[in-house]
Amino acid sequence: MKLFKQSKSFWFFILLSLAAFGIIQALIITGMLNGFYVNTIIFVAINIILAVSLHLIIGITGQFSIGHAGFLAVGAYASAIITMKLQLPFAAAIIVAGLTAAFTGLLIGIPSLRLKGDYLAIATLGFGEIVRIVLLNVDYVGGASGMQVSHLTTWGWAFTCMLIAIIVIVNFTNSTHGRACISIREDETAADAMGINTTLYKVVAFAIGAFFAGIAGALYAHNFYIIQPSNFGFLKSFDILIFVVLGGLGSLSGSVIAAILLTIISTFLQEYPETRMIIYSLVLIVTMLYRPQGLMGTREITSLFKKRKAAEGGTQDDSKHTVA
Amino acid sequence: MELVQQLVNGISLGSIYALIALGYTMVYGIVKLINFAHGDVFMVGAFVGFYAIKILELSFFPALLISMAACALFGMLIERVAYKPLRNATRIAALITAIGVSLLIEYGVIYARGAQPEAYPGDVLPKETIDIFGLSISSQSLFILGVSVALMVILQFIVHKTKIGKAMRAVSYDAEAAKLMGINVDNTISATFAIGSALAGAAGVIFGTYYIKIEPLMGIIPGLKAFVAAVLGGIGIIPGAMVGGLLLGVIEALVSAFGYSLWRDGVAFIVLILILIFRPSGLFGKNIKEKV
Repeated sequence: MKLFKQSKSFWFFILLSLAAFGIIQALIITGMLNGFYVNTIIFVAINIILAVSLHLIIGITGQFSIGHAGFLAVGAYASAIITMKLQLPFAAAIIVAGLTAAFTGLLIGIPSLRLKGDYLAIATLGFGEIVRIVLLNVDYVGGASGMQVSHLTTWGWAFTCMLIAIIVIVNFTNSTHGRACISIREDETAADAMGINTTLYKVVAFAIGAFFAGIAGALYAHNFYIIQPSNFGFLKSFDILIFVVLGGLGSLSGSVIAAILLTIISTFLQEYPETRMIIYSLVLIVTMLYRPQGLMGTREITSLFKKRKAAEGGTQDDSKHTVA
Repeated sequence: MELVQQLVNGISLGSIYALIALGYTMVYGIVKLINFAHGDVFMVGAFVGFYAIKILELSFFPALLISMAACALFGMLIERVAYKPLRNATRIAALITAIGVSLLIEYGVIYARGAQPEAYPGDVLPKETIDIFGLSISSQSLFILGVSVALMVILQFIVHKTKIGKAMRAVSYDAEAAKLMGINVDNTISATFAIGSALAGAAGVIFGTYYIKIEPLMGIIPGLKAFVAAVLGGIGIIPGAMVGGLLLGVIEALVSAFGYSLWRDGVAFIVLILILIFRPSGLFGKNIKEKV
C-alpha cells in the first residue's frame, strides 16, 4: 500500500517535470524564448545537477567537501577530449565524463575520507586545486589558454541528465544505503558501532556525487565555446557549496530551489561580478548566523503537503538534526 | 651555489608563510576554527602598508607598525561580528561563515578600490647583494628573515611570559575551566585574533616589499599555503607553525630549483594531503584518540 503511494507521487513528479520540459521545449521551438533565456535555463539545469550531487555528499552523508569544482573540471575536460579530439558523439562524452569523474572521486575519496570535518574540507580543497594545476600544466588540453569546445548542450540533454540525477539521488537516499549514509551524518561513531561500513558508504556517496558532477561538467563544457582551468577554481566550488548551504544541508528540494534562485540572480548580476560576490558572501554569513540549517533545514518541499505522513514518523523528512 | 641561493629564497618565502601560519594556528588552537579570512587580513595588511608608504610617505618600519595595528583591529572586528555569535554552533557552520567572511573582504576591497594591482615602491629597503663565502645573497632576504624571526621571538615572549599569554594558553587548553578560574574568555579570544592578525599584517607588508606586486586576491594562495604550513607543523602548536612555514618555503624553492616552477602551487597541496593521510596531527602534534 505504502509502496503504491510512494510510486504514485513518484509518477506524479515525473509527469509534472515532463510537462515543464514540454512547455519549455515548445517555447524554445516556437522561438518565444531568445538565446539568452535558453542559455539561462540550461545553466539552471546544470547547476541543479551540481547542487544535488554535492547535496548527496554534504547534506546526506555529512562529508564536508569544498573541492567539487575539481570533479566538474574533470568531467568537462574528459568530455571535451571525447568530442573534440576523438570526434565521438556527445552521449558518449557525457557517460565518459561521469565515469572519469567518478573514478577520480574514488581515487580522492579512499585516502581523504578517513579525515573528518575541517581536515576533510581542506583536503578536498587541496585536491580541487591540484586538479586545476594539473590541467594548467598539461599541453594536450591546452594549458592555461584552454580548449575550444563546440556548442552541443541542448535543453533536452540538460533536462534528461538533470532528471536522471534527481531520480537516482532521491532513490539512493531512500534506500538502505541512503539510510546508512544519513546515519553517518548524524553520528559516525554510532553508525560504525551499529555495524555500518562507514568508509564504504562515504566513498560510494562521494563517487556518485562525483559522477553527476562529471556529467554536469560535460554539459557545462559544451554550453560554452571554451573551457579554461581558471573556470574551475575555488570560487566555482564555492558557488556550488552555497546552493547546498542556503537550500538546507540535508534537503534535496532546498538545494534545487537555491540553485534555481541563485542562478537566476547571478545571471542578472553578471555585469556586476563584485556585487554578486558581495551578495553571495553576505547571504552565506547571514544564513549561518540566523538560520544555520538553511532555508529548508532537512525537510523536503513535499513534506509541506504531507503532514499526515510526517506524523507517522519514519521518514528522513522529520529529522530535526542538521549536519554536525 | 644556485641551489643554496634558492634555499635562501625559500627561507625568506617560508618566513612569510610562517608569519601567516602563526595566526591560523593560534586561532585554531583557541577556538577550533579554520579562519579562512586570515589570508585576506594578510592582503589588507599589504594594502595598508602600501598606502602608508605611498601616501603618508613613511619608511618601512612605521608602515609595518601601522599595518600591524590596523590588522589587529580588523581581526578583532571580524571575530566580534562574524565568529563570536557562532561560538557554540557546529564546526561546519563556523567554517562556512569563515569562507563567507573571506569572500566578503576580497570583493569588498575590489568594490572599494577596483581589482587593479599596485606596485610597492622599490626603494623601501636598501637593495644590495652581500657576498658571503662566494654566495651573493640580497640584503632584502636577510632583512625579511630578521624581521620575521624578531616577530616570532616577540610572540614567544608574549605567549610564555605575559599574563595575556598565560590566559591564551589556559583558554586553548580548556575554555570552560579557564572561565571558572576568572579568565575573561571573550577578551582572550579577541587578543588572540588581534595578535594573529597583526602578524598577518606584518607578513603582508614584508610580502609587498619583497615581491612588489599586490592585488585584492593575493591573499588566497599564500593563505591556503600558510594553512598547509600550520597543518604540517601540527595545528594549534606555535613552534610547529614556524617550522612548517620554513619547511614549506624550502620545499617550494627546491621544486622551482629543479625546474618545475609551474607545479610549485600544486606541491604545497600534495604535501598537505600526504601529511593529512600519514600524520594528521602534524610533525609536532600528539595523536588524540576520539572519545564518544
